[in-house]
Amino acid sequence: MLKDITLGQYFPGDSFIHRLDPRTKILIIIAYVVMVFLIQNFVGYIALALFLALCVAVSGISPKCLIRGLKPILVFIVFTGIFNLFLTPGEEIWRWGFLKITVEGVRFAAFMVLRLVFLILGTSLLTLTTSPIALTDGMERLLSPFKKVHLPAHEIAMMMTIALRFIPTLLDETDKIMKAQSARGASIDSGNIFSRAKAMVPILIPLFISAFRRADELATAMECRCYRGGEGRTRLYELRFGAVDVLGWIYMAALLAAIIGINMIFGKF
Amino acid sequence: MDNIVSINNLVFEYKDEETGERTRVLDGVSLDVRRGEFLAVLGHNGSGKSTLAKHMNAILVPTSGSVTVDGLDTADDSKLFDIRRRVGMVFQNPDNQMVATIVEEDVAFAPENLGVPRDEIRRRVDEALEIVGMSAFKRHAPHMLSGGQKQRVAIAGALAMRPELLVMDEPTAMLDPSGRAEVIETVKKLNRENGMTVVLITHYMDEAVRADRVIVLDSGRIALEGTPKEVFPQVEKLTALGLDVPQSTYLIYMLNKQGLGLDGTALNDEECAAELLRALEKRGKGARGS
Repeated sequence: MLKDITLGQYFPGDSFIHRLDPRTKILIIIAYVVMVFLIQNFVGYIALALFLALCVAVSGISPKCLIRGLKPILVFIVFTGIFNLFLTPGEEIWRWGFLKITVEGVRFAAFMVLRLVFLILGTSLLTLTTSPIALTDGMERLLSPFKKVHLPAHEIAMMMTIALRFIPTLLDETDKIMKAQSARGASIDSGNIFSRAKAMVPILIPLFISAFRRADELATAMECRCYRGGEGRTRLYELRFGAVDVLGWIYMAALLAAIIGINMIFGKF
Repeated sequence: MDNIVSINNLVFEYKDEETGERTRVLDGVSLDVRRGEFLAVLGHNGSGKSTLAKHMNAILVPTSGSVTVDGLDTADDSKLFDIRRRVGMVFQNPDNQMVATIVEEDVAFAPENLGVPRDEIRRRVDEALEIVGMSAFKRHAPHMLSGGQKQRVAIAGALAMRPELLVMDEPTAMLDPSGRAEVIETVKKLNRENGMTVVLITHYMDEAVRADRVIVLDSGRIALEGTPKEVFPQVEKLTALGLDVPQSTYLIYMLNKQGLGLDGTALNDEECAAELLRALEKRGKGARGS
């Protein structure tokens, strides 16, 4: 059960995409997400698919690996598709009892599914090619202008780093607690969904208590190492924009222009 | 100045928030830590050893009495970070003192906090990892390391501050025997070769034996103090304080109870064997003589 979690999985590499500054990548992803929702016709999605395919090819990440990222939310995608297919009002093309399919429904369902798939593929590509540390660093730097309006940029990034650091530790711990409870006769993997949910309680309580104790010890250890917030802190690795980043921005601007152009030429489908 | 830490009549009490009861954890401890020495602090659970350690870098401040680190009073809030950078701390649980997801970034944490320039951080990180013998693992994730390796990284993390003193609060309590040996060897080497002052809090006698000086705490007071050779032969006193003695020392103690009249200061296997051999030879000579 715990093995399926692939959060923050990162494949080190030295491709063009890997070498982009995390800030560039985050900005590109934001632009990409905006585009996914901006696109109004299928020609736009073909352009986006070409762009994504190019990125994947350049990154050296196997497409199989990227598509595997869709698996955990497959159910969600299918449901979204089905709901939109049957529940969108409009011009009927098929009817059976209370179920009906409309032209608008088909179109809408296809759009929603495409949007979800593109969202997941794009963001997976980001996490697969960017180390979690670089990602949090990039976030901290991008958010730092908002410190003026009291946004705790450094604290948010520090919390994310610590969370990432403790995911494997807490997974190990959960595993240990589960084994300890099973050794004393608790049945965790059997019964219906309710009894299984109930069986989680004796696992979660010790886990929470231990997490709080860990947090307390970690705070002391951080104080011992002179931690006093982001003020006056230097970094072992400073982020630097390079020539690759300029290229990245140019590609992104070109794609954005293309998408807007396609929207204007082909109109709303 | 010869003392890196001077503790004068330290009393520490904490108040139970619910009952309002005051508990005295440290009850008039006076102690000097000399520059360059390896000091071991012993004591059973609840004797106040961890509390004492936390006074050495101003995590806790005395209820009464005083603690000075390198001439700085720990009660002085404005000197807090000057004090903490002089004292590296290593705790029991290696998992709960690592902040970053990559070894070298974790070692860099303290100098980053201190605002050290980037090139200097790089130098300190490489040097600290070299000293603890973990350079080969600098790009690894901490959770992939063994317990002993994690503790060595934690030591490197403290060393990267360039401290004057290394305080270790039961650093081997959660490790297997090979991990314990790894950590103690590292500490011993640090003390001998780099001249690092070390305060090691432990309840393993075989670790304390390797120190220059031993202090035994009991209910917040110093019960015994001296070199290992002075402290450990006091077997009855140590057992009364709820502590073990090194096995070799205990063997000689038991033999002496039978009236063998051996030198009771043997602290390890070799010394014990040598002492027994000497006694046997003496006896052999005596038997032949009569």
